[in-house]
Parts: sequence; C-alpha cells; structure tokens
Amino acid sequence: MAAFLARRIAQGLAVVMLVATTVFFLIHAAPGDPFSASMENPGITEGVRAAWRHTYGLDQPIGEQYVHYVASVARGDLGFSFSLQRPVADALGSALPNTLLLMTVALAAGFFIGIVVAIAQVRRRGKPADHILGAISIFLFSVPDFWLAMLILVAFAYWLPLFPIGGSVDPVMHDMMGSGARALDRVRHIILPGLTLALLYFPLIARHQRAALLDAITADYITTGRAKGVSEAHLVNRHALRNALLPIVTILGVAFPALLTGAVFVENVFSWPGMGRLIVNAIGSRDYPLLTAAVLLGSMFVIVGSIGADVLYRALDPRLRDEL
Amino acid sequence: MEPLLSVKNLRKSFPITKGVFGRKVGEVRAVHDVSFDIARGETLSLVGESGCGKTTTGRAILRLIEPTSGEVHFEGKDVLAMGAGEMRALRREMQIIFQDPVSSLNPRMTVGTAIREGLTIHKIAEGADADARVRQLLDEVGLRAEYATRYPHEFSGGQRQRIGIARALAVEPKFIVCDEPVSALDVSVQAQVINLLRDLQRERGLTYLFIAHDLSVVKHMSDRVAVMYLGKIVELANAEDLYRDPTMPYTQALLSAVPIADPTVEKKRILLEGDVPSPAAPPPGCVFNPRCHHPAKDAACTVLNPPLEEKAPSHFAACIKQPPTAISWDEQVKAGGTKPPESYFPVVEQLTRQAADSNPGALA
Repeated sequence: MAAFLARRIAQGLAVVMLVATTVFFLIHAAPGDPFSASMENPGITEGVRAAWRHTYGLDQPIGEQYVHYVASVARGDLGFSFSLQRPVADALGSALPNTLLLMTVALAAGFFIGIVVAIAQVRRRGKPADHILGAISIFLFSVPDFWLAMLILVAFAYWLPLFPIGGSVDPVMHDMMGSGARALDRVRHIILPGLTLALLYFPLIARHQRAALLDAITADYITTGRAKGVSEAHLVNRHALRNALLPIVTILGVAFPALLTGAVFVENVFSWPGMGRLIVNAIGSRDYPLLTAAVLLGSMFVIVGSIGADVLYRALDPRLRDEL
Repeated sequence: MEPLLSVKNLRKSFPITKGVFGRKVGEVRAVHDVSFDIARGETLSLVGESGCGKTTTGRAILRLIEPTSGEVHFEGKDVLAMGAGEMRALRREMQIIFQDPVSSLNPRMTVGTAIREGLTIHKIAEGADADARVRQLLDEVGLRAEYATRYPHEFSGGQRQRIGIARALAVEPKFIVCDEPVSALDVSVQAQVINLLRDLQRERGLTYLFIAHDLSVVKHMSDRVAVMYLGKIVELANAEDLYRDPTMPYTQALLSAVPIADPTVEKKRILLEGDVPSPAAPPPGCVFNPRCHHPAKDAACTVLNPPLEEKAPSHFAACIKQPPTAISWDEQVKAGGTKPPESYFPVVEQLTRQAADSNPGALA
C-alpha cells in the first residue's frame, strides 16, 4: 500500500509539472499580454508599456521566462498578479476557502440526494415513482447551469425574497455581527448557490447509482440474501449498495477537483467570490502568474482526487486489497 | 404420513414482451403443472437438461421467483398465500444452496458476517453466541473457524460451496433446496461436497430437493428421482426403479447418455434428434413427441396430453404408449392414433444398467 501510494504520488507530480508547463506556454501564446487593455488609454504610450513589460520580465525570451517561473515556484513563490495587484498566493488564499465551502456543501448535498433518489428508484423499479424521478433527473441534467441558477435566484431571492441575492456574506453587516449571527449569515448566503449546484450534480449521481444498483440487485448473492430472509429494504441498502458504490467513488474522484475550480457560471450568477470567477478573470486579463498558479493547484487536486478514489476502492472492495 | 413439502400444479411462465411499451407477445412456460410430494428426511432429485425448469421449480417453491399459479404446502402451511413477514419467518425452515458458489456470496461481506446474518435476522443467536455458532458451523462443514474473518474471494470453489452450505445450515432449516450444488466443482471436490451433504442429512434429519443434471451424482444421492423435460415432470420413481426400468422414452435417452467408466462396455446410446423445442412454443400433446423414439409413437402423441400415471408401483411416467395407461385406446384412435401402446425398454438400457451397477463407487 505504501509503495503504491509513493508510486502514484510520483506519477502525480510528473503530471502536475506537465500541466503547468503546457498552460504556461499556452497562455503566453494567446494574443495580447497583461498590458494590452491599457492600449485604450491614450495617456499610456508604447514606451510606458515596454517599461512595464521589462519590469515584469515579459520582454525576455519565453524559455528564459519559463526557467524563472519554475525556479520561483520551486522556492514556493507563485508570483505577483498583474490584474489584482497583489501576490498570487494571497489572491488564491482569499478565493479558495469560499469555493471549498460552496463546493463541499454542493457536492455533499448532490451525492446525498443522488444516492437517496437512486435507492428510492431501485426500490420502486418499473413503477411510476421510478419513472417520475428519472424524468426529473434527466430534466435537471439537461438544463443549462446558468439558467437554473438565474431561475432559482429570481424565484427565491426576488419573487419570494427568502435569501440574499449574492455574495458569500452580507457586504455591510457581516463585520458587525456576533459569531453566531455571522455563521447564520454565511448559511443564508450559501443556500441558493449550494442548492443550484446540488440540483445540477445529483442527476449524474442518481443515474449512475441507479444503474449500478440495478446491476447489483440482480446478482446471485442478493437471491442468497433473500433466501436467508433479509428484508428487501436491507437488501438494497446494505447488500446491493455497498457493491454498487464503486462507480460513485469514480465520479467522486473526478468531481473532487471541482472543489477547487468551482462552478464558473453558478459563482458568477450568485456573485460568489470563489475560484471560478478568479480563473475566468485571470484568463480575460492574461494574468499569467495567477492563471498558471490556479491550474497548478487544480491539477494537484485532480491527482489527489484520483489517488483518493483508488484508496477508497480498496476500502470498499476487499477483493482489491490484496493487489499491489 | 403428511409430506413435509407438497407441490401441486406449480406453474411459472415468463412473459415475452416486445417494443417500447412492453407489449406482451407470448410467454415462456418455464414450469408447467409440476406436482410432487417430499417426505420428511427424504431426498427427491430433480433432473433434466439445461432450461427444463428445474431451477425455476426450486426457486418458485421458496418464492425466490414468484410462481404464476399452483400450490405449495410446507408442513401443511400454504406457502404461496403468505405475506412478506410470514415468508421471511418461513425462510428459517426452508433454505437453498446455490449452484455458483462464487457469485452467490456477497463479495463485500466476510464469510462470518454472511453466515451470521441468518442467525441475527431470525433471532437465533446474537453477540458472542452468534460468533460461536459461526465457528461451529464452519467446523461442521470442514472449514477452519478462523476463516470467519476472510472474504469469499480468498477461498477455492469447493471451500466456497462449503461456506454456502454453512450459510444455509445456520438457521437450522428442515428443508434445503440444493440447486446443482456440485455442478460448478471438480469431480474430486464434488464427491467431498456430496458426502458432506449426506452426512449432514443423516445427522440433522434434513430433507433435500436435489436439483442436478448429472445422473451419476443423482443416483448416489436420492431416494426418489423426478425427470423434467420442458417444464414438466415426465417420470417420477424411486431412484433404483428409475435407473433399472426407465419408462419414459426421454429418461431412457438421458440414462443412455451417462458415461461409463469402463472402456470394455459396448454402449449404444439413444441419440435424440433435433433440439429441445422452445419453451415459448412447446409442441402440442406430449412435449417430447417430436424427438421420441418409442416404436408406437403416432399422431395421438401430438394431440393428447399424457398424464403422469403409475406404470408400476410408485413408478410414475407420462407416456400414453407405455402401458398401462388411463388414456384408452378408443381415445387414442379418436386423436389419430394408429399404433397401440406397447412396453418398450430398449436393449441399450440393459447395457447402461449393468455398467451403472458395476460402477457404484464413482463418487463414493
């Protein structure tokens, strides 16, 4: 197990390096640079821009810039964001917790609803309830995320003004609240974007989980269980579910990086100050250090997600434990 | 004496559906009017080739497959009328051992947990008592008690089948359906498992419905044998009688196919022509008529449904051409019959019988 982990981590580091390199060259190859926007300002001359480029080392050959970048990352310095005028590490540090919070809530709710819906469907397989839940899943799976986000925003923040319309905290009052009120303020702000994301995630889970459960429920050991006298509910919840969780673990591993990268559209609709918005803005303003750092972090989460899924497989399936 | 289990006119048909809306276009008659009794402590074997409905019969009795119609009485209680709760309680009395020891054990459960589950569901034992019972059961089926913490994939096929047996025994059933318990095993391991099943039967007074397609295994195991063909019982007799005087032409052909471990015996097989007809479109009259080799076979066989009738004391067979038969000659003529019934026990059977008798220890 230790050897397996070491190998996977080494592989993962190589992948992270490769991804960072690719992104570095790709974003530099994109037309424009961080100072292109200033061309609309007649007061800034080409000479000023050249001086800026020189200051940030952007006039050097790309290969040299790359070496500099790798060296500084290796020292733990992610660079300075042009667009935000603050260190990249700071920018990531303020966006990351917001995204982690939102996505943890969304994924947890999405997986929970998905698995519960799948169990409900399988226990009533072929009956109207199964078909209705299936149709709802397909519908939510098909709607565009920004549309659902706006619909929910209009419905629960405007028509029925139960929740705030955006942000992660109340912009004015939050700092003046006591700790209890602050927590409540956060909860009130996270409900709508969390709900939207959960509704977007759960159909995927429900559909995979239902298929896996239906597969498991026809297995011979389920008949064995039935012959033992195990109740139908227990058969589905215990015997079949544990065998049917593998596909879900796979999805969990794939969805894990979303914890970090967030959901761009949903974050935008709800003005959620998270990674999704940060990355989109970084691309738009050609903020090289910010974007590369965000991708670096994202690819690390991908690796962690897939290693985590592999470890979970072993926890769930005793047959895999002896291998490796 | 009242039989432990009584099955009457058991039927199970599966609908054949077509199209998006699942329009029913026909049905597969997996089991069609099967009736038999099993006495306490007896072993009744159900034999036949793949797809003849023997497994469906076994599972329908336990309601692992819901029968379409018919009656099943266990110790006088109407099994098919029971609600879900009563049925679960009855599972303590009636158990099943499956053919495939690999897939019939939950791969995510330790062997101990799988065996223990039956104990706790039926509140037979809990806590340390249950653990002790599990160890004792493993010991009884010839496995080491420490194996309780292992997972099914860590065992060989024969060991897994022993686990399956321990699992079935855990709830102390009176009746066990053995659904081809040795078909998936090596011949050497088959013998061990068969002997284990016989020992357990002797010690615990178990009653078996033993489903198999291997006639030599069956001979070793059974008190009575029922031969199934295309969802029907075509012959039912004491094991000895059936092997000595197979009456239904299908049984004759089946027995002639049993291999003999003696190269000097010249063996003439009755080769059946064609395939088993589809159970979705069974032939009219006697289901075996298209492949029958009985010399008196005629048009009546394709019209009249042969009843399972007593041809010799306690020897039942379904053939209107093997006398005696309740279907009178007049009726047969009316149905287009041209050849009167005549006793037919082909010579090949003599050979098979001698060989079978001279080779009793094949599995012992």
